[in-house]
Amino acid sequence: MSYAATHLRTLAALTLQHLALVAVSLAIALAIAFPAGIVAARNARLGAAIIGTAGVLYTIPSLALLAALVVALGIGPQCAIVALVVYAQLGLVRGIVAGLRGVDPAVVDAARGLGLSPAQRLLRVELPAALPVILAGVRIAAVTLIALATVAGWIAAGGLGTLIFDGLAEHHDGPIVAGALAAALLAIAADAALRACERAVRT
Amino acid sequence: MSPEGARVELSGVGVRYPGGAHAVREVDLAIAPGELAVFLGPSGCGKSTLLRTMNRLVEPTDGTVLIDGVDVRRQDPTELRRRIGYVIQAVGLFPHYTVAQNVAVVPRLLGWDRARIAKRVDELLALVALEPAKYRERRPRELSGGEAQRVGVARALAAEPRLLLMDEPFAAVDAIVRAALQEQTARVHRELGTTIVFVTHDVDEALRLADRVVVMNAGRIVQADAPERLLDAPCGDFVRDLVGVDAETRRLTAARPLIER
Repeated sequence: MSYAATHLRTLAALTLQHLALVAVSLAIALAIAFPAGIVAARNARLGAAIIGTAGVLYTIPSLALLAALVVALGIGPQCAIVALVVYAQLGLVRGIVAGLRGVDPAVVDAARGLGLSPAQRLLRVELPAALPVILAGVRIAAVTLIALATVAGWIAAGGLGTLIFDGLAEHHDGPIVAGALAAALLAIAADAALRACERAVRT
Repeated sequence: MSPEGARVELSGVGVRYPGGAHAVREVDLAIAPGELAVFLGPSGCGKSTLLRTMNRLVEPTDGTVLIDGVDVRRQDPTELRRRIGYVIQAVGLFPHYTVAQNVAVVPRLLGWDRARIAKRVDELLALVALEPAKYRERRPRELSGGEAQRVGVARALAAEPRLLLMDEPFAAVDAIVRAALQEQTARVHRELGTTIVFVTHDVDEALRLADRVVVMNAGRIVQADAPERLLDAPCGDFVRDLVGVDAETRRLTAARPLIER
């Protein structure tokens, strides 16, 4: 803790960097997961393929994926972001598929029968009705990414992992503990905040 | 104030599944403006499928469906549906909307202004016997089954449709609530003059509500007659068995007008 006390400014900067890394990755991941999840929810065969692919990607060890990405993209945050986007897919797509498939069929039938167009049904009825389940997927993805983003420190992509890898290299416990604790607290805070969002949208 | 009900004409309507089995075959039926026609029959007889051809939720494979003389296939399905009320057994209120927002769905799609929608929502809630001030801001999960179905009826009537389709609307509520909802439907029908097509498998419900009962079996119309006629002169064994042993009692119930609430 003495390390944290004397390096507050560094810790704060790295925490912000960590959050930025996760936020950017999550935003990109959502932009991919929404169309993928909507397609997967409507077509059983494509759904199995999409979730299967996301599942296989999820099982690739993070250090191996990062190493491969460094070779392909060069060292830096872009590698970390690509890796985080990949790991977020499984949780996000699953949440979107479960959410959409869980919408009461009577609600969808009523929406059709009342004269909502397919796009209006999706945007005004199905996605909002699925939102609590989708948000649960976002929460799990966010917490996973906060933990995973620490490995970005290994490839000089910034964030709290920097402290952990620096500490390991210098045989210095202080930064390791500070980085790990800060990342854990961040994950807990994100979990609590997103849980609150879920409660707010639950009908 | 309300316009006259729509005229519905079905001629040679058939619905064949891709496998070749018929859900509905060779249905000819004209429903007059303002009529309350009840499709009655066992489950799987095609009554819901036939109802759903009227708002193009099901496309007939044979024949034509005319509403006010216009073939429904010549109309855009979403626009057609916005002009036709639709009530289903499971209600299907949008869970993330309040009661008022649910009732306002079709007026909003039609681009009504805010003040007109707010006024209409209150009118409709009053019409279905839900005190507007008390129910407007409630969520569907806070409603009982009967209250939810009242909101479902209000939602279906919101844009003053000239045709109202009701697919087993009261099958999931208990007997007392069902009777109240039936009375309300009869009252709405009387007050608004809307043409109503009502699907049920409940003989008593059909006899209580109908101007004309359309009995269906295996995709065909077996008999289409006024309730008393159905009891007095059942056309064949199927109808006789359906109206059945209690025909005498049913004659009495059907003859008694629905009590005003």
